[in-house]
Amino acid sequence: MSAGNQVSHGFQKLILWGALSIALYAALLIFEKEVLAISSQGRWYFIVPVVIAFVFSFVHGHFTAEFWESLGIQAKK
Amino acid sequence: MESLNFIQLDLVNGLYLFIVGFVGGLVSGFIGSGGAFVLTPAMMSLGVPGIVAVASNMCHKFPKALVGALKRARYGQVDLKMGLIMGVSAEAGVLTGAHFQEIIKQRFGDIGSNLYVSLAFVLVLGIVGGFVMRDTIKTHRAGQTEEEKPGRLALWVQSVHIPGTMVHFKSINASISVLFTIPLGFATGLLAATIAVGGFIGVPAQIYVLGLNSLMASATELVIAFVMGVGGTIKFAWSGYVDIRLAMIILAGSLFGIQLGAIGTTYVKPYMIKLVMGVIMLTVMVSRALVIPVYMSQLDLMPAMAPATMTLLKNTSFLIMILALALGAGIIVVALIQGRRAARRESLSVVWQSPG
Repeated sequence: MSAGNQVSHGFQKLILWGALSIALYAALLIFEKEVLAISSQGRWYFIVPVVIAFVFSFVHGHFTAEFWESLGIQAKK
Repeated sequence: MESLNFIQLDLVNGLYLFIVGFVGGLVSGFIGSGGAFVLTPAMMSLGVPGIVAVASNMCHKFPKALVGALKRARYGQVDLKMGLIMGVSAEAGVLTGAHFQEIIKQRFGDIGSNLYVSLAFVLVLGIVGGFVMRDTIKTHRAGQTEEEKPGRLALWVQSVHIPGTMVHFKSINASISVLFTIPLGFATGLLAATIAVGGFIGVPAQIYVLGLNSLMASATELVIAFVMGVGGTIKFAWSGYVDIRLAMIILAGSLFGIQLGAIGTTYVKPYMIKLVMGVIMLTVMVSRALVIPVYMSQLDLMPAMAPATMTLLKNTSFLIMILALALGAGIIVVALIQGRRAARRESLSVVWQSPG
């Protein structure tokens, strides 16, 4: 793959993960009352905040990795 | 179950948590721990009840530690087996530590509990932080900054053979009895339940007692933090204390930070991890030492203090705590910039010297 294609592929990934991350945060804040009501019920509902945390870390984790990469900040090879 | 008042979130609060999360994440990505201690007081300063602040902090910590551990595993810095073994024993330490906290709170109230936590901060950070800093200065003076070798204690621990308890760890290419790793993991959890940062024992223990180098120890600490964080979150979420909005906003900032901190570890000399850890530990120790007289006077253990003096000491303590994090983050950013410059110079000189 040429350097140009690599850059464009990296940029596409950044936009994709960024859009997904923004969508997740927007949903969390728009439906904050409902999400809080369900996630703070306690007992077996403990699963709700745990699953939310995993999903956000997956999506936002990919976005933040792509973000630094797009700025050229990468690990030393 | 008691009903909880979750705070109203606005843009300023959100931005504040995002920024504190970012700086905390940066430090955690670099030293494996240590970014979370300021978040509980930061949330409480917004009016979040203490237990909700602790629970939400815990809920942002485990996904952050997961992302950091995965990133640093890609650089070959994680000893998964060590992390899991110490993580499980740390979980037991967290439960015991939380139980201690409950007993102290029942017997001496909130102020007694605050005094206990502050004393633990000063004692542990003073002893361990002082030791880490002394070692860092010694390493720097001796000019042995490139490579770390296990110390005498670690070599002795590695030489002890207790049949039926030995586990081989790839990070040190040696076997260690779990009778050493379990108490260290337990102490890490105990500290995590007391001051919210188990890594201030976990990382130095892995370096000085087990013989891992600083990079491996700080990366493996992220696995321990993940295991402890999942357990802690389940415990608090079971009682409905997690404010998932706060946790996810802090996570938003901290994931930017943890990625950068993890990248930073690939550019620096290993002793830089100890330097950042030592600086943060000693600065936080000063911060907590300042509020001890406040709690002592409230418990009538010393003469009463004027309310204005108490407020001044508490505010100064909080500012020094933020300064500790800012100092750590500053050293990391400078080290990252210098490391990148050096790497660029190196690669340019390779291109210059290569034939054709």
